[in-house]
Amino acid sequence: MPFLRVVKRQEPLGWGSCLVLLAAICLSLLLSGIILFIGGTSPIEGIVVLFKGAFGNRYALEDAIIKATPIFLCSLGVALAFKLQVWNIGAEGQFALGAVGATWVALSLPEAPSYIVLPLMVVMAAAAGGLWGGIPAFLRQKLKTNEIIVTLMMNYIAILILDYLVYGAWKDPASFGFPMTAEFSEAAIVGKIGSTNYSWGLAHCLVLGLIFWVFLKYSRLGYEIKASGDNVRAAKYAGIPYDRLVMLVMVLSGALAAWAGFLEASSTINRLQPSIMAGYGYTAIVVAWLARLNPFYIGVASFLLAALRVGVEGLQLDLQVPAAFGGIIEGLILLTVLAGGLFTSYRIVVARKAHEH
Amino acid sequence: MNIEILIPLLAAAVQSGTPILYATLGEIFTERSGILNLGVEGIMIIGALSGFLAAKATGNPYIAFVAAGLAGTCAASIHGLVCLVFQGNQVVSGLALTILGVGVANYLGTPYVGLTAPGFDPLPIPLLSELPIVGAIFFSQDLLVYLTYLIPVLMWIFLYNTRFGLSLRAAGEYPAAATAAGLKVVSYRWLGVLGGGFFMGLGGAYLSLAYTHLWTNNLTAGRGWIAVALVIFAFWRPGRAVFGAYLFGGIMALQLRLQASGTQIPSSLLLMLPYALTVAVLVLSSWWRGKTDEPGALGTNILPAD
Repeated sequence: MPFLRVVKRQEPLGWGSCLVLLAAICLSLLLSGIILFIGGTSPIEGIVVLFKGAFGNRYALEDAIIKATPIFLCSLGVALAFKLQVWNIGAEGQFALGAVGATWVALSLPEAPSYIVLPLMVVMAAAAGGLWGGIPAFLRQKLKTNEIIVTLMMNYIAILILDYLVYGAWKDPASFGFPMTAEFSEAAIVGKIGSTNYSWGLAHCLVLGLIFWVFLKYSRLGYEIKASGDNVRAAKYAGIPYDRLVMLVMVLSGALAAWAGFLEASSTINRLQPSIMAGYGYTAIVVAWLARLNPFYIGVASFLLAALRVGVEGLQLDLQVPAAFGGIIEGLILLTVLAGGLFTSYRIVVARKAHEH
Repeated sequence: MNIEILIPLLAAAVQSGTPILYATLGEIFTERSGILNLGVEGIMIIGALSGFLAAKATGNPYIAFVAAGLAGTCAASIHGLVCLVFQGNQVVSGLALTILGVGVANYLGTPYVGLTAPGFDPLPIPLLSELPIVGAIFFSQDLLVYLTYLIPVLMWIFLYNTRFGLSLRAAGEYPAAATAAGLKVVSYRWLGVLGGGFFMGLGGAYLSLAYTHLWTNNLTAGRGWIAVALVIFAFWRPGRAVFGAYLFGGIMALQLRLQASGTQIPSSLLLMLPYALTVAVLVLSSWWRGKTDEPGALGTNILPAD
């Protein structure tokens, strides 16, 4: 009787893995269509509206690039931690606190010129996010506390800190009771590039992405991170200061997510308000895994998942599909791609049972 | 604080702790087989919605409760499929399942927000409920709470005193040795994933059928994650999970009462309590470092033999 057996591949699959990725994404879209149908929306119409909304016109593409910015930066941070096999699920909270840190500077220095206030906002955001990433790293080091749960719980706490501030001390008296801060001064806003609709935040992404790539590929620390990620025990044996690396990586990871929070507050919304995170920190995890932690692929995947978000907004407007549908597609893509990994690292062979007579 | 305030607070602690207890027991069952399932939050909320919809459709809360458990098993089977068949990373698969489950529940549940369904009401046990103090706290609850007095005992007997339970633990502790001893490790891990998912679904159903009686989006609000943390606090033992769950139930009940009492403390700070307590509890359980029953092969896949 023939049966299926999996055998480890000796060589990587190469272009075949792109096919597997494509098949996984198609399968997840098919499953999303089925869920749309269960929810009472025509799946064909839904997918068409989704794609039209995401890629159908110039404004949609522009919107996708703007939304890709925070996802990209959060995902770089997440990927850095994942490289070392440290599970930072806390990008959402680090993003929120980054926005809080930047806002604090913007509100305290309303008169300061741009060249003072903007760098201070970045520093303060990075410090807040770095702290939020550093605490779980510290607990993991000292007490072997599980960083997955600690980073996740700290997301809830960070978001409530943000809420506390915008509903309380930082609420703009002129906002008619809406929970938001006053708009930032002109100097505290990251401007647009020339006459385009893109802010200079896009340039920050390019530079930080490049630094990320060079850091991992050419620096000694980058090499140590990769080596420790592959095999912690061997790395420790070779004298790599693993504990210090974990701390460094988590602080940097938090700072990157926080940078995204700073940009969101100071270039997209121009103030602080609740739900500024919009789930970017969780989407970033999906992106990092899809992109296999590679900064260039992270760029591509950030854009695609941002486009998906824009498409889901279209679905909301045109077909009244609840916004939660975005989470369904993201979850399904991650699950199918994860399952597809079997085909890239193993071969499936049809074999006959040896011991059967 | 006097006794007239304390007893209702403790009764409320038991009630708020119950959904977390179901989920924690489910996660213990799954992790004992060696599979780390971080999809608890997603599975719980799927259970909550399924229970709610089944109660609306059938009018029978008992059927709805079982349906929620089965829905939990179905949702958990996705994790089993990705990790046990396709060898996917257990951490990422669980996260993805949470993202998916919360998405599905909020998507399909949106038309039902604010609607009510038949559920479980308090059912004081004759005689026992008249006992001083204990009666009001433990025996004036609903049927689903009474069930949780039995389940940890049954789970303990199953895990520690049956052959089946021993095999399940072996699959989580030392799969290579279990395989060598002739056990079908993958089958036991499937049992752990599906059985655990059943209890997680029940935990969700407790929220929609007994705790609120109505549907709101994001009903679970992080309780699934608290359950994952409580497994560590409980040292993977069903008995200790009870204390952990009631501790969290207590904090949640206290927070609600403080909010209702019109305190000066801002609500966002009160809402922070359970999450901060989760971190504190994790720190404390790492500090004490008692003899934990953490499965040796937790979170590792069984690689196909070459």
